[in-house]
Amino acid sequence: MFNDLSKLGKYLGQAARLMVGLPDYDTYVAHMKVTHPDRPVMSYEEFFRERQEARYGGGSGRCC
Amino acid sequence: MASLTRHALGAVLAVVGASALGYIALNRGETINALWIVIAAVCVYLIAYRYYSLFIADKVMSLDPNRTTPAYRHNDGLDYVPTNKYVLFGHHFAAIAGAGPLVGPVLAAQMGYLPGMLWILAGVVFAGAVQDFLVLFVSTRRDGRSLGDLVKSELGPVPGVIALFGTFMIMVIILAVLALIVVKALAESPWGTFTVGATIPIAIFMGLYTRYIRPGQIGEISVIGFVLLMLAILGGGQVAASETWAPLFTFNGRQLTWMLIGYGFVASVLPVWLLLAPRDYLSTFLKIGAIVALAVGIAFVAPELKMPSVTRFIDGTGPVWAGNLFPFLFITIACGAVSGFHALISSGTTPKLIENETHARFIGYGGMLMESFVAIMALVAASIIEPGIYFAMNSPLAVLGPTAETAAQVISNWGFVVTPEMLTSTAAAVGEHSIIARAGGAPTLAVGMAQIFSVMFGGTGMMGFWYHFAILFEALFILTAVDAGTRAGRFMLQDLLGTAIPAIKRTDSWVGNAIATALCVATWGYFLYQGVIDPLGGINTLWPLFGISNQMLAAVALVLATVVLFKMKRERFAWVTLAPTVWLLACTLTAGWQKVFDANPKVGFLAQVSRYQAALDRGELLAPAKTVDQMHQIILNNQIDAGLSVFFILVVVSILGYGAQGCYRAYRAAHPTTREVGGPEAAAQRAAA
Repeated sequence: MFNDLSKLGKYLGQAARLMVGLPDYDTYVAHMKVTHPDRPVMSYEEFFRERQEARYGGGSGRCC
Repeated sequence: MASLTRHALGAVLAVVGASALGYIALNRGETINALWIVIAAVCVYLIAYRYYSLFIADKVMSLDPNRTTPAYRHNDGLDYVPTNKYVLFGHHFAAIAGAGPLVGPVLAAQMGYLPGMLWILAGVVFAGAVQDFLVLFVSTRRDGRSLGDLVKSELGPVPGVIALFGTFMIMVIILAVLALIVVKALAESPWGTFTVGATIPIAIFMGLYTRYIRPGQIGEISVIGFVLLMLAILGGGQVAASETWAPLFTFNGRQLTWMLIGYGFVASVLPVWLLLAPRDYLSTFLKIGAIVALAVGIAFVAPELKMPSVTRFIDGTGPVWAGNLFPFLFITIACGAVSGFHALISSGTTPKLIENETHARFIGYGGMLMESFVAIMALVAASIIEPGIYFAMNSPLAVLGPTAETAAQVISNWGFVVTPEMLTSTAAAVGEHSIIARAGGAPTLAVGMAQIFSVMFGGTGMMGFWYHFAILFEALFILTAVDAGTRAGRFMLQDLLGTAIPAIKRTDSWVGNAIATALCVATWGYFLYQGVIDPLGGINTLWPLFGISNQMLAAVALVLATVVLFKMKRERFAWVTLAPTVWLLACTLTAGWQKVFDANPKVGFLAQVSRYQAALDRGELLAPAKTVDQMHQIILNNQIDAGLSVFFILVVVSILGYGAQGCYRAYRAAHPTTREVGGPEAAAQRAAA
């Protein structure tokens, strides 16, 4: 029961962050560790800034 | 037997939905409860999702659960990430839902709730959701490429450039019409202006907080920002009541226009983290929250619809917007039924995040059904208001006359009961000086939402708070759209102009950026200013242009999807996209033609030109022009609008031509000519290599 609730909370948090263009940081770190162990991993702060630039700086449209 | 139980739920939904629709149809001349409409809509959505979207997924597209999606192929943890189906649904819905589904149905309510409701339901099931779903599918199988790219690769380079130009002009019209909604809502309203103005320092504080104090903590700062916003609404009430402060925040339409144009330029050259991103957090969460609250409110309050099911204005003489039911109703409600702009989202971030191709059904088709539900709620909110007050709020000042007395007189002559006291007391209840001639949808929706929310929390004493809460929530995400749209327009412009003048293309050059931004702001600012000084009240002129262009973009997306179906050798299912394409073309081409050539000056731009020209020749001035220069300005504006309508018609006709050619070629080919990425062929190639 509490497990399910915490899972639900996790998904809600992920959904809320992705709504404003921020994907899951842990997923990113896990991906880098598995696929590119040789490359540096961005800190959360760097990751956050990089995603902000990517969402708004590149000029993607928004709906009416 | 197994198939019987499998369809039992569908059968129950069909019976309930048909009963609700039957109840709505048979209750002529009486008010009905809004819940009937909600129940009918939900049943239609569930049946359409269960059967029609499954048919499209299985038979038309043959979605393949074993096919790798771009999210896996290009997984970088950033742009391409395999994402949980429900999490991605939230992302997609937040990206497609905006002001459109809230405004269109409110304007369409002048014909009664029934025509709008039927078009929203039929449109989303057979056109809107189909478009979103198919574009998402097409883009997912092509590495998540954008609509412009897809048109280029599937139809050819020339239609690609045409589509890019068309998209830019559509963007300009959308920004102008959105900004006009804000101007109409804030004009002469110190409460609204203070509250919306306060969002700028609040957002900047949030930006600094997430940059330097607690980097990246968007959850906690959004909560802080939300509390500050609520305080700003309360503060706005104090400002409006104060004799010293109220005049400082009272502006007319023209002043607000110049402020918005200045704001648009400054906001879109500032670093994104300072203003745009933090305000986007607020507007996104407030938008989702307000939509959920409205749904709960309608279910809980179960209001009666006061608007008749069909008003006398289905004859095309309505004051809110001019033109006959066909084609203009289908233009007025764009988002919520079918919206071409969604094709840009469905070929944007969503296909790069999709975990499995089969999720496209839930996210593409389901997401659009959800947006349609928002449109139904907006229609309900507009229809629970007294019709007399609805028409007072949405008719142009030129029709209503200067005072509450004249407005009540005019509206009573139309056959809707309203007294001057009703108009002034409604304005007083929501804390405004006047609610007359506030077309644009936002104020009407705000009155409807305030009625619903104040029943749940706080009673009539809280009407003013809830009214300005609703205004704030719309203004917030409109300002975010203006800011983000100006940036997007700037990049498009740099791309387009860069082919002629390479220096402009350099997005790292400060001068190039400033010039392109100024050009972009000037273009939408021009249409905004034109709307503010428009003799028919602006929305009357600009909203149909927006609707036509948005539906035409949808037609372009559906033509693209049709070509892809032909290339896949699935032409026997092409009616799925061809039927909505034909309908949209019929609506948009008729509407475009009438906007240019109709003899009624309220509908046709050229007729308006000759009306003003004739008055000039006689040496007269026609309201609202007060000088000869303004007369010339109105003539020029209408000529430009006519030119723009012709441009949109040419764009869609040429894309149609290229699409027909593409279909014919694919039809003649002996084998499928589709070029997809990541299918079994690609897997076989990888295995061989």
